[in-house]
Amino acid sequence: MREAAVVSEPNPLQRIPGVAIVLVLLIALFSAVAPGFLSVANLSNVLVQSTILTMLALPMTLIIMTEGLDLSMGAVLTLTSLCVAIVSLATKSMLLGLGAGLLVGTAFGIANGWLVAILGIPPFVATLGTLGMAQGLSLIVSDGQSVVGIPHSVRDIYSATLVGVPVPIVMALLTYAAFHALLYHTRFGTYIFALGGNREALRYAGLSPNKLLIAVYAIGGAMAGIAGLLMTARMNSGHPTAGLGLEFDAIAAVAVGGTSFERGNGWLLGTLLGVIAVGVLRNGLNLISMPSSVQVASVGVLVIVALFLDGIRSRA
Amino acid sequence: MTDIAKETVMPPRSFISQDAIQVFYRLLAALLICAVLAVLSESFLSLGNILNVLRQASLTFFIASGLTLVVLTAGLDLSVGANVALSACIAGTVIHKTGSPALGILTGLACGGIVGLLNGIMVTALRIPSFIATYGMLWVLNGLTYWYMAGETLHGFPAGFRQIGSGYLFGLPIPVYLLLVFLGIGTLFAQRTVWGQEIYAIGANPVAARLSGIPVARRLLLVYAVSGTMAGLASIIFLSRLNSAEADIGESLTLPAIAAVLIGGTSLFGGVGTVFGTFIGALILTLVLNGMNLLSVSANWQPLVTGIIVILAVWLDMKTRRRAQ
Repeated sequence: MREAAVVSEPNPLQRIPGVAIVLVLLIALFSAVAPGFLSVANLSNVLVQSTILTMLALPMTLIIMTEGLDLSMGAVLTLTSLCVAIVSLATKSMLLGLGAGLLVGTAFGIANGWLVAILGIPPFVATLGTLGMAQGLSLIVSDGQSVVGIPHSVRDIYSATLVGVPVPIVMALLTYAAFHALLYHTRFGTYIFALGGNREALRYAGLSPNKLLIAVYAIGGAMAGIAGLLMTARMNSGHPTAGLGLEFDAIAAVAVGGTSFERGNGWLLGTLLGVIAVGVLRNGLNLISMPSSVQVASVGVLVIVALFLDGIRSRA
Repeated sequence: MTDIAKETVMPPRSFISQDAIQVFYRLLAALLICAVLAVLSESFLSLGNILNVLRQASLTFFIASGLTLVVLTAGLDLSVGANVALSACIAGTVIHKTGSPALGILTGLACGGIVGLLNGIMVTALRIPSFIATYGMLWVLNGLTYWYMAGETLHGFPAGFRQIGSGYLFGLPIPVYLLLVFLGIGTLFAQRTVWGQEIYAIGANPVAARLSGIPVARRLLLVYAVSGTMAGLASIIFLSRLNSAEADIGESLTLPAIAAVLIGGTSLFGGVGTVFGTFIGALILTLVLNGMNLLSVSANWQPLVTGIIVILAVWLDMKTRRRAQ
């Protein structure tokens, strides 16, 4: 397996400017204007709150590398979070809840991949359709109400620590390690680069680009399932709008992190830094008591600027 | 590869007969839905319900008609719903502050148009793919609107202004007249003017369009500005019909508008479709949602059904086109 890693990790020095500068600027800005921003408690808070986004942004990176997009991720996370809440409430079992979330998430991921790969529907419209479906199903299974009273075993996941490190951060780091190994050190990872860069080559090599594409979207759905567990644990309930707009933060993290929307290249560490940049931006604005609406608008501006810079770089 | 495939598509004029067939099928589908609903529900054929369907369809149509032009250029505008919300809130504030509905209407239209123009600039000058640019714009507008309204609701507008959305003229709701006017303007513009035909040409093959001297960037700017302005118009109708404005009124509007365009037979790949088709699309979608309502299906099902319809419409469109080739 090792020698299959034809595509090595790109030279980080060429990429560091974009996302690192954004992150340093944001940290410098909020250290200056937001009292308490640099405290250990607040910074660890930023990291813990970024864990759910990490779990969406990493698979989103793979999807965007295939010149695709998954607009349904936030809505699917809402649905899986509700599934975790409902099933764990009924069975008192955290694992069954997680299983239900994983199952529903993966099903949506496969559906997305099938619509994009087999039916050939443009990804942004296919996943916009499944966004509506996941949103509708969330309203239907919850009847528009919060699901409360979930068992302690679920809730504790978010607050527990492992040798002093919060469990969500452990999960996010494991996820990152898994994605890093998958993308840079397996054949499958090499194929993902080819899916965006040169799909014909895959076909000539006797592989099925469609199956690979479905697998990439399925990974996204499965990760939304795991993130759904974290979301339920964090909110201590299931809520029909829990994941609203999270896909946008994920896209923002990927875009800021330097993954191109048009050239089939991706950089996982950049996405991780992008996630932290989005987290710092939201946290800092929160500390200087800006309402969440301003945070949303700022993330929107961040995306547009990042894409503009990406476009300039690609033409340079 | 794609460019060669697109060149085999014939120029838009010769599509008219093909388009007529497509529109005819969709009219049949609308009639079929009507027949089924008439059997299933007694109240469907009541005058009140039919006028209600027409009024509802006209709201979807206003947003979807501008969107049709964008989709004809192989673009997409995901910000229309958020644009309606911002324009409605700003227009509502202006009416409250100045007491002048005319000034409010102008502000609403201008606000929508400026947002559309910004979309156009992102797509043309900054060269960001349209669905990402307008998706970013969606969240910027959402944030601005919530921040601006700060949880408040604007309520109570002059009676004359409320007539626009809820009034009647010769027994028909006023929005229906507006619908006919804009259906006429949109169809004439797309089919009978040079600019309209240039929009089809850009969608069918942007490279060929540029090489044949069409000012592609300027036409794209126009198309996004029109889409934004139509969202501004929809915001006025909304405002006057609901007699109130809140930050969240746009959230459930984008998906139905896209659904109407796609059901109406406008291809996501650009160059094919009509404004009249979009009208039929808006009608079909409204009939389905109205039918669900009459059969007392919970409104919670509406996003699910709309999502399925969007995917079905794109899939059917791709299937018929593949067979036609």
